Amino acid sequence: MAQQACTHKLLASLGMAAMLAVAGCGSTPPKPPPAAAATDANAAAQSAGDNAANAGGGAGLGSQEETAGPQAGLLATRIVYFDFDSAVIQGKGVDIVAAHAKYLAANPQARVRLEGNTDERGSREYNIGLGDRRAQSVRRALLLQGVAEGQLTTVSYGEERPADPGHDEQAWAKNRRVEIVYLTPAGQPAAPAKP
Amino acid sequence: MSTRTPTTGTRAWLPLALLLAAVIGAVSARAAYAALQIEITSGVRDPIPIAIVPFAPAAPADGGLDVAGVVQHDLEGSGRFKALPRARMPATPTRAEAVSAADWKGAGSDYVVVGRLATLDNGALAVDFDLVNTLTGAKLATQRFTGPPGALRNAAHRVSDAIYQKILGVRGAFATRIAYVTVDGVAPALRYQLLVADADGENAHLILDSRYPIMSPAWSPDGQWLAYVSFESKLSGVYVQLVRTGERRLVSARAGINGAPAWSPDGKKLALTLGGSNGNPDIYILDLATQNLTRITDDPAIDTEPEWAPDGHSLYFTSDRAGSPQIYEISASGGGRPKRITFEGNYNARPRVSADGTQLAMVTLDGGNYRIAVQDLASGSVRVLSHGRLDESPSFAPNGATLLYSQREGSRGSLATISVDGLTGLRLKVQQGAVGEPAWGPFGT
Repeated sequence: MAQQACTHKLLASLGMAAMLAVAGCGSTPPKPPPAAAATDANAAAQSAGDNAANAGGGAGLGSQEETAGPQAGLLATRIVYFDFDSAVIQGKGVDIVAAHAKYLAANPQARVRLEGNTDERGSREYNIGLGDRRAQSVRRALLLQGVAEGQLTTVSYGEERPADPGHDEQAWAKNRRVEIVYLTPAGQPAAPAKP
Repeated sequence: MSTRTPTTGTRAWLPLALLLAAVIGAVSARAAYAALQIEITSGVRDPIPIAIVPFAPAAPADGGLDVAGVVQHDLEGSGRFKALPRARMPATPTRAEAVSAADWKGAGSDYVVVGRLATLDNGALAVDFDLVNTLTGAKLATQRFTGPPGALRNAAHRVSDAIYQKILGVRGAFATRIAYVTVDGVAPALRYQLLVADADGENAHLILDSRYPIMSPAWSPDGQWLAYVSFESKLSGVYVQLVRTGERRLVSARAGINGAPAWSPDGKKLALTLGGSNGNPDIYILDLATQNLTRITDDPAIDTEPEWAPDGHSLYFTSDRAGSPQIYEISASGGGRPKRITFEGNYNARPRVSADGTQLAMVTLDGGNYRIAVQDLASGSVRVLSHGRLDESPSFAPNGATLLYSQREGSRGSLATISVDGLTGLRLKVQQGAVGEPAWGPFGT
């Protein structure tokens, strides 16, 4: 019943961000502010003595802080679209990936996060798998063109982060995508990477 | 609330120290997150006529809660009962001895429920009810639930559970909780919230709030913890959180996918999906005490959505190793070969097993529509239960009689229930935004 008291506190703090109210109650509350979330997650793992949470390569993923990245020509285009039930990079997507590969290979300090996404049809966790397949497709293309593994992180949001809120084929086509997100270079504070 | 029958004594339901918090919370939580509104979408053709007479109150400790109204809402919401409107009640008795059976039979009711609240010396509230058969005049059940005033709504749900079981022979699941995720805002600026509410949608409260997706909430078998996937770090992580206090722990944030957590029946392990940096989603079992990880599947296909068989010996999961997603079963001790379970159609995913282990619920592609189907595990026969276009995330009620799932209506996501016999259904909506990813919690203790 303690969580209900938290809810009361939340109600009492109308006008305050709900997450702050939640963070402010209970002995060990969740700390969900997104801006600090990565730090919170790491702290939670460490406080639990939980190095295993990051076993298998996760510990080296580094900061996920975003930066503007290069803007010249095709490099300003950050989205690769896919056909239904496909993880094959096609058409303009091939050129977009090639442009980023060239830039990343020439700038080994630059890092990107590859975010795989699907349309809303089907089961959510299975769609996480399909989105991952798309992110991996772009990752493999980048590796083949000389980008180092350490420059790349992948995540799949499945159907959870649609770019278009619609529910028709036109919207679905915009949601089947990989977004290339530039991150602050390894070991440096947040600063835009220069092309 | 505890229950006292002629054979069991009274047990305290909650420590009295929590009493005040519960009183305050029961009122305010409802105001803060009156998130779900319920409407009945289908019911049985001949629902059982029942009269639930207003209970004798115990002011002010009862906070004005209409216990009979909560019971009526529960029973009618099951689609199995039709309640007599109060205006047509011939009398307002509060104990079985005062019920004139013939009068109620004449008003069209097969059963009458009467009851009364009383404040006990220790400040707790007692709820007593009697169930009377109007044809015979026999008292079919009489039971007392006691607990702090703040848990009165829960006591009302327990009255509903007892009536449901006495008349239908199946344990009711009204005094249970559900978890679900709401999404509000306009893409790509979305806000995700993980909430827990009573099974009737009341008493909702916030578990987690994030600008990044939250998905796949799963209840521990004791109903104390939720496991879920949060992308708050922008990458995926599996967390376990104590519902009562909010205390939580990150249990997996490895490279690639960390997803689809499922508690083992003994509550000591989580099955989950890990993708790795090279992107090969497979099923693993994580021992929560030792952090030991056991790989269960090893296939280049997508293997995900693990679900424990109730005996804990095997896992059901989704895999597209044969080209399209189908459901398989594999030994939970690792090293075994998976056995394919589904053969009808070319899309079967997200397995969920009933508590008795006989029924498998899933998402199936049915003539271009994603719908909820149930497969009888002994015979292999499949029935498609839902009628939507984008139905997903089936979750069994702990009594196995009902499935909770999410559906898309126009641009809105809502929750729906359907009885496993396909006869009764409900819709649960939020006032704004979409709601999905429901998970029905276990029976309380």
